[in-house]
Amino acid sequence: MISLSVNGRTHAVAADPATPLLYVLRNDLGLNGAKFGCGLGQCGACTVMVDGAAVFSCLTPIAVLPGRRIRTIEGLGTAAAPGPVQAAFLAEQAAQCGYCTAGMVMRAQALLEREPGADEARIRAHMQPNLCRCGTQLRILRAVRRAGRAMTGGRRASL
Amino acid sequence: MTVALPRRKALAAGGLLVAFSCRRARAAARLPGDLQKSPLLDSWLRIGPDGRVTVFTGKAELGQGIATALIQVAAEELDLRPTDITLVTADTARTPDEGFTAGSHSMQDSGTAILNAAAQARALLVRQAAAQLGEDSANLVTRDGAVVAPDGRRLGYGALAAGLSLDVEASAASPLKPPGRFTVIGHSLPRVDLPAKLAGGAAYVQDMRLPGMLHARVARGPSPGTRLRAPDLRGAGAMPGVVRLVRAGEFLAVVATGEWQAVAALRALTASGWEADGTAAGGTAAAAPIDDAAGLPGLPARDLVILDRAGPAPADGARQFSARYTRPWLMHGAIGPSCAVAWFRDGEMTVWTHSQGVYPLRAAIAKLLRLPAARVRCIQVEGAGCYGQNGADDAAADAAVVAQAMPGRPIRMQWMREQEHGWEPLGPGMLGAVRAALGPDGRIVSWEYEVWSNTHSRRPGGPGVLLAGQEMDPPFPAPAPRPIPMPEGGGDRNAIPIYTLPRARCTYHFIPAMPHRISALRSLGAHLNVFAIESFMDELARAAGSDPVTFRLAHLDDARARDAVTLAAARFGWSARRRGADRGFGFAFARYKNLGAYCAIAMEIEVARETGALHLLRVVAAVDSGQAVNPDGIRNQIEGGIVQATSWTLQEQVGFAAGRRTSFDWSAYPILRFADTPGRVDVHVIDRPGAPFLGTGEAAQGPTSAAIGNALADALGRRVRDLPISPARVREAASV
Amino acid sequence: MRQSADFGTTPSNDASLVCGRRGRRQIRVFESALRGATLLVVAAFAACAAAAGPRPGATAAAAGFPPDEIADGAGLAAIGGCAGCHTRSDGAPLAGGAPVRTPFGTVYGSNITPDRATGIGAWSLADFARAMRTGVAPGGRHLYPAFPYDHFTRVDDADIAAIYAFLMTRRPVARATPAPRMDFPFGFRPLIAVWNALYLDDARFQPVPGRSAEWNRGAYLVEGLGHCGDCHTPSNLLGAERSGRPLAGAVLDGWYAPPLTAASPAPRPWTADTLATYLRTGLDAQHQAAAGPMGGVVHDFGAARPSDLHAIAVYLATTMAASAGAPRADRGAAANRGRPEATALFAGACAGCHDAGAPMMQQGRPSLALGSPLHEATARDAIAVVLFGVSPPAGPAGPFMPGFAASLSDAQVAELVDYIHARFGGGAAWRDLPALVRQVRKEGSGG
Ligand code: FES
Ligand code: FES
Repeated sequence: MISLSVNGRTHAVAADPATPLLYVLRNDLGLNGAKFGCGLGQCGACTVMVDGAAVFSCLTPIAVLPGRRIRTIEGLGTAAAPGPVQAAFLAEQAAQCGYCTAGMVMRAQALLEREPGADEARIRAHMQPNLCRCGTQLRILRAVRRAGRAMTGGRRASL
Repeated sequence: MTVALPRRKALAAGGLLVAFSCRRARAAARLPGDLQKSPLLDSWLRIGPDGRVTVFTGKAELGQGIATALIQVAAEELDLRPTDITLVTADTARTPDEGFTAGSHSMQDSGTAILNAAAQARALLVRQAAAQLGEDSANLVTRDGAVVAPDGRRLGYGALAAGLSLDVEASAASPLKPPGRFTVIGHSLPRVDLPAKLAGGAAYVQDMRLPGMLHARVARGPSPGTRLRAPDLRGAGAMPGVVRLVRAGEFLAVVATGEWQAVAALRALTASGWEADGTAAGGTAAAAPIDDAAGLPGLPARDLVILDRAGPAPADGARQFSARYTRPWLMHGAIGPSCAVAWFRDGEMTVWTHSQGVYPLRAAIAKLLRLPAARVRCIQVEGAGCYGQNGADDAAADAAVVAQAMPGRPIRMQWMREQEHGWEPLGPGMLGAVRAALGPDGRIVSWEYEVWSNTHSRRPGGPGVLLAGQEMDPPFPAPAPRPIPMPEGGGDRNAIPIYTLPRARCTYHFIPAMPHRISALRSLGAHLNVFAIESFMDELARAAGSDPVTFRLAHLDDARARDAVTLAAARFGWSARRRGADRGFGFAFARYKNLGAYCAIAMEIEVARETGALHLLRVVAAVDSGQAVNPDGIRNQIEGGIVQATSWTLQEQVGFAAGRRTSFDWSAYPILRFADTPGRVDVHVIDRPGAPFLGTGEAAQGPTSAAIGNALADALGRRVRDLPISPARVREAASV
Repeated sequence: MRQSADFGTTPSNDASLVCGRRGRRQIRVFESALRGATLLVVAAFAACAAAAGPRPGATAAAAGFPPDEIADGAGLAAIGGCAGCHTRSDGAPLAGGAPVRTPFGTVYGSNITPDRATGIGAWSLADFARAMRTGVAPGGRHLYPAFPYDHFTRVDDADIAAIYAFLMTRRPVARATPAPRMDFPFGFRPLIAVWNALYLDDARFQPVPGRSAEWNRGAYLVEGLGHCGDCHTPSNLLGAERSGRPLAGAVLDGWYAPPLTAASPAPRPWTADTLATYLRTGLDAQHQAAAGPMGGVVHDFGAARPSDLHAIAVYLATTMAASAGAPRADRGAAANRGRPEATALFAGACAGCHDAGAPMMQQGRPSLALGSPLHEATARDAIAVVLFGVSPPAGPAGPFMPGFAASLSDAQVAELVDYIHARFGGGAAWRDLPALVRQVRKEGSGG
């Protein structure tokens, strides 16, 4: 049994410690957000956050995760009450097939939590690991900037 | 310009046309859209007792937003809130057979059918209400799911439906709303599927989890023409979680309780390596392996003259020009590898698939499994965007073969990344050659175009074109490849210029022998043909000393085409453009298939001569898709098409070594990432209220590639005519 | 086209990343300068006066260079890796501004486009040659030795002229190079003159008789323009390369540049052909993919003449001639014993690419057992690759590996590296891995 903290809840998982987190999220915990795209760390479809950083869940064996804080798109908000990054993606309609989208949201979330004011060049460099074949990159960039504005505004408001 | 050929049922074999009986079409007035194929109203929509309406489409949501647009169409004509509509997509047990979701036909075929079916259903509801209320139909209006009388009495659709049968044949004419009264059509309704996708809802076939489901992986060599060498069956079979290895002929799959366990067992099977299996990679015997599209004219071809307009021969003073353009083999490159779930219960096979054609797939799987078609059901569930025929159908067949061997257990079969890269049917390599003459007045006086290509579709094709079908003992025979006839065309799609040319000839050198496994990729042959035509138009404009936009307009009579060109140029600020150092401007235009959406593109690029890096600074597109149902959906398609075509144009090329595919992942076949994404893309939608819907999904591919090539030529004074316009080729053109 | 990617590995802003050869030299020079600071400060003024004074030269017209000479210059500039330091990741080629952060301050690659005000547009060929070989710009200003003029002394006049022709025909970009921001006393440029007086050997390359023209061309490029020793030769206390031990391997900036001598750790000897392939594509199936700073080098080499790269390979194949060895078999069972955590780590994080059944292995990419990093005496390169990954070094397609800095702790990286060494590597077991991982992580992320 390996104990994993996912979206604030602790789960005891009976899986081989070598199993990449992606498979445990999807098949043991029933979370659909992280997607299998390549299993090679080349596309970012599987991106989740671990201790605040964006990581490829397809290459992260659960053996290294006890004691660490895992977040997936399911932890950012719901369809009815989306988090700021999710809301910005909706507002910009930043998807076509949407297969890459959850990974995009998670990578953007990791950036904006540290740097909500990130500029275009910074956002592009940060998002570089994630691929979108439908060509929604321009919408994604708009959504990330929009979310950044919302998150800066929110922070100011709460001060 | 349009060549009116009678459509024949045989066209459907080419894959992109909707099959219908020519005889019946002649017998009665043609019904709108796919009502022609499925004329009963209740095959398109049903009204529940609660007044909610279920709409059925035989088309598939592929991420193009078709579900949202079809709901809008139905909501408009039914006077119903979009949220009161449930859409059911392609399912052989429930929806009409609309062939393939391809060729940008969904709005034309299904959208038109639903629009008319909804309008006719509304008329029936009104008539029914008139009878119940004792009112004249003409005095009744429909509003928010109810029929309302002048005195305020209202009858909900649910109540009315109880006494109404929609099991009636549609009529040719529908009481359509005048476009001026549209409240849903023409508005950018947010996509209905996105909220769930953004919150981790189960949205894809990859997300399906059925009780007792097992995970399967198919084991193959790295690419067509190879097989595994002595896989360690016993070792893999003994690995943790492995339930079974399924073998049938050359087909081999591993089934495990856990997905990771299936992956680990697959790796054990592949560890012993692979070897050539002596079969031709393309499924038909090809002569020598061809890895470069420049070699295509060396293959035996059937020559099809698709346009022969004998005009006056060019006068003596005419100047002759010629050029050749090539495109390599390209991948669809879905971000999610193909996946399917199959379940064989009580002699019935159900397959959940992201195939673009559930009915043709059902026919192929039934033959493959030797089951009657009635015992096979294929249900479309979304996968990652596919842009044509990728591994979806193959994976569905793989899942079905495994499920048949393990009755009672749902089987989830997912391909690995290297399998999608290694085995998906590619978009074919192509070569186009143009010769033209300019008269002394700077107008084109003659035009000759030749294109060399394989077919662009292996659909439907039956079990013989599916990998599993080829691996059975004996293998199912693959049908001979066939060209898709004009006016849509395959390799010759858009080979006929839209421009007014006094003397023109176009020949399609259709090459039956296929060096590589191929099938339909977004825009088919239109990509290279438009790249060639629009690049050459630019070369001619330059030679004529004319502005590229002016030159195009001088040869363009179609009023809507002129509108698109003019609007793109105006919004871009074309006439006021001023070129900076190492910058260039490019323009291109096409009407997709000469039948679909019009798309004009202007752009500014920057080139770094030293590195060959080419960056799109700013792109402006104008698109006319007829009546625009969801303008943001159209913008999204065109934007995405521009970005994807930028990737094709600058970076993509499938690698081969002596005929064997060597591109196996995103490192060997890179596609565009954020750093190379254009700086800005603006899409202007020209709405044509009341005009027929025109397919949009593929309209940007050719014009984007051509505009990039033209902008590079503008920047450097030299042109790259072979795709991709890679850094090495740009460096060479810049000759430091 | 290619920009620094933030593949989940580098916490720092990409603009500050040290890539290619840039910066590594910088750090080394300044580290040793710190040690020698007292001596240098004392000697500074005298040396300054002696070393350089303004020496105006005639300015060349930007036009009129023969195309062949420009093309030669382009290929040579690629060998010299000019763009690496003189181009910002998001900027115009050669217009300067690439920041190099060191513990002692930040310097910026200068604008070497022919802009008259901010670039080298006002420089004559003589000015340029003097800067290349002595590190003294027109007006007598000393360039920081991040610019490898101590190698460029070897470059002959024709090649200097070709590079000049290439640079002078670039698009002029008006962009002032930011002033270096150095901590005391490193902002004091005359210190450099002292260093020059001690270590600068202003002698052209002399061909070795009895060797082929290609070999001599390779030697000339390696010693001169290619400045391979900048990374591969160990340095003395004052940051100059130790003349007695050329290309003997050196540790810098988190990475280890392995010896290009008989002590090469490559388990399979490099041949001229395999090395040429590696330099041209960043990958050789018999050896490894280029990673770290070498990735930037082979990326630059993409624009070099293949014949020059082959000459370099011919020469280096002889400097490494005595090196030999045989890759060892995959010792999975032995490595697994007593390392259950690392076994799981490898299976979940690495096996998808590096185990026998992985697609990458099936497609002929080199096995871990073939690469130098697992046969070096230090674990630095193995650690750095695990932490920071491999970016496609040359051409649009090429080997790629994501970094694991964000997902693995220092202890986990240490376990993993120990396991991989035991399974695929050679030589004695690596010691003190956790401390080394901490250090490499710090150095490699600009901290
Ligand atoms: S699936 Fe993890 S990076 Fe592609
Ligand atoms: S939206 Fe389809 S891959 Fe990004």
